[in-house]
Amino acid sequence: MSTSTASSVSARFAALRSRGECALIPFLTAGDPDLATTAEALRVLDRSGADFIELGVPYSDPLADGPTIQAAATRSLQRGTKLDDVLALVKEVSPELTAPIVLFTYYNPILHRGIETFLKDIKAAGVAGLVVPDLPLEEAEGLLVPAAAIGIEVTLLVAPTSPMERIEAIAAQSQGFIYLVSVTGVTGVRSQLQDRVGDLLTRIRTVTDKPIGIGFGIADADQARQVRQWGADAAIVGSAIVKRLAEGTPTEGLAAIADFCQTLKAALK
Amino acid sequence: MTTTPLPQNSAASTTANAPSAVPDALGRFGRFGGKYVPETLMPALAELEAAFWQYRNDADFQGELDHLLKDYVGRPSPLYCAERLSDRYARPDGTGPQIYLKREDLNHTGAHKINNAIAQALLAKRMGKQRIIAETGAGQHGVATATVCARFGLDCVIYMGVHDMERQALNVFRMRLMGAEVRPVSAGTGTLKDATSEAIRDWVTNVETTHYILGSVAGPHPYPMMVRDFHAIIGQETREQCQAIWGGLPDILMACVGGGSNAMGLFHEFVGEASVRLIGVEAAGEGADTDKHAATLTKGEVGVLHGAMSYLLQDRDGQVIEAHSISAGLDYPGVGPEHAYLKDTGRAEYYSVTDAQALDAFQWVSRLEGIIPALETSHAFAYLDTLCPTLEGSPRIVINCSGRGDKDVQTVAKALDLR
Repeated sequence: MSTSTASSVSARFAALRSRGECALIPFLTAGDPDLATTAEALRVLDRSGADFIELGVPYSDPLADGPTIQAAATRSLQRGTKLDDVLALVKEVSPELTAPIVLFTYYNPILHRGIETFLKDIKAAGVAGLVVPDLPLEEAEGLLVPAAAIGIEVTLLVAPTSPMERIEAIAAQSQGFIYLVSVTGVTGVRSQLQDRVGDLLTRIRTVTDKPIGIGFGIADADQARQVRQWGADAAIVGSAIVKRLAEGTPTEGLAAIADFCQTLKAALK
Repeated sequence: MTTTPLPQNSAASTTANAPSAVPDALGRFGRFGGKYVPETLMPALAELEAAFWQYRNDADFQGELDHLLKDYVGRPSPLYCAERLSDRYARPDGTGPQIYLKREDLNHTGAHKINNAIAQALLAKRMGKQRIIAETGAGQHGVATATVCARFGLDCVIYMGVHDMERQALNVFRMRLMGAEVRPVSAGTGTLKDATSEAIRDWVTNVETTHYILGSVAGPHPYPMMVRDFHAIIGQETREQCQAIWGGLPDILMACVGGGSNAMGLFHEFVGEASVRLIGVEAAGEGADTDKHAATLTKGEVGVLHGAMSYLLQDRDGQVIEAHSISAGLDYPGVGPEHAYLKDTGRAEYYSVTDAQALDAFQWVSRLEGIIPALETSHAFAYLDTLCPTLEGSPRIVINCSGRGDKDVQTVAKALDLR
């Protein structure tokens, strides 16, 4: 086991909070353009200011994703990426990383492997946390309970449409942090973030002390700065990273995400 | 290996007398169903369910719906005694199955789909949603939705796979003629599965102003329950018509199953009648033992797609597999959760027929009865050749003649040319 309490998601957030830092959580689609590049991208992001890394397991029907991440998942699956390949990669690379890995996967691959087996396998690979975008609170109990027992933190999402009583219930159950979806919509860069996200963040603060990360739609350093000014604990940046990594050769892509990651982190300090 | 994460509720362990009591409050039919959707949609699903319960027994709503079903849709649809089709299976001693067709193909727009579309449009109006979205495979649900949106003056966007737009070009034209915007979906396989995903993405994005008229007994709760209930009139009329014609129940009900809306519409009224056999016929494509089929209940494993737990065509990693059927309306790797439940409880039986068998039935039903059935519906007819030789006496079979085949003539002509 490569994970310890020190590298759990909540422990890492506690350390960041004590330094007054807003965390940067970049996202990668595993296996796009290929697994070797994903491995190198994990190292590059870790060196370039990432506090956590969200690693997406490619899925055939990514309902919550916009065109950029859909296309990355399709490319990855067309290359034959399997869940076991992704976990082998995490196992190989995670001991070298400071940033804990949060796995992002749709529910069916978890269900198909079997919840207990899935959790045991990702834990053994060194995964610290889990985000399942199509598993709302009502369906999550069957995952939350065994995950807590095995030491995987399952983070739940809240949306701009969530009423306050739901937010309170979700915040109570969410582990590691609370994932605040910044738009009514799917993943993908937006030209600007809605002001109501800041209000929503303030309201969530009234019902929980847990860290809050904002994601879906953050495109650049200005928006990352906005997220920090709203008082979020983390900015999650997905499509903007995936798109940069996919442009040009893998070497060019890696250089581009290193630059971008440093720029984002600078905006969050 | 497949596991089920959630405890079975009490309904799952009860016998065939109880299934009409499903789903439970969480939208579960035994272990199937539920709401596996992004959080953004959860409040909208709750709002929809509340509206459904509010208006389901509301006299104004029901009055308006009944009026439209009668004068606009043309209900009740006839229960027609298909004599020449019955003769095909007559034995030398004169006995043999008596085959009746529930003529949903005679509804306005040519299929059962409008029963649900018109009811959901009325619901959307009362919920104050002016924009409607829908997915479509064969185009029948898209046409039904475009039709009711024209009738009520609602904005309408239909998502349709590029592959389906090609094989159902006539329906694309009809939708556009009635003012709908048809958005091509090229992602994935360019069929119904991808059109449904894209419709859900649109709904996640525009949920505050938009109602999603989902066209099958699939998707997250409350859709499987609501769509079933809006189609239940098919079975209710059938019961009355059987009573009027021969004073009893039918012996066998048969319908094609893609997502399963026409089958649930016919079955629901009779689920509690243990003497009535319920048979669903899926699309076996090039053969249920090949990798080109859509026989989800026959060959699938338990999984989650488009918000519901049900049977699903998937690979060893839980990735959804491409379905195949000559019929665009059955070309779907999932199936409504209540069908999964009826299969597991043993209350309904599910079989499959191939593209070739469906093509044959398309032709012999046309020649024997002067009724050109939709390719989807042809699957139910095709199973008669397998079923009838196993029957004794003169049982009464009701087939849901769920749609007309005009939309399919080009596809069929092309397939026959290749033979």
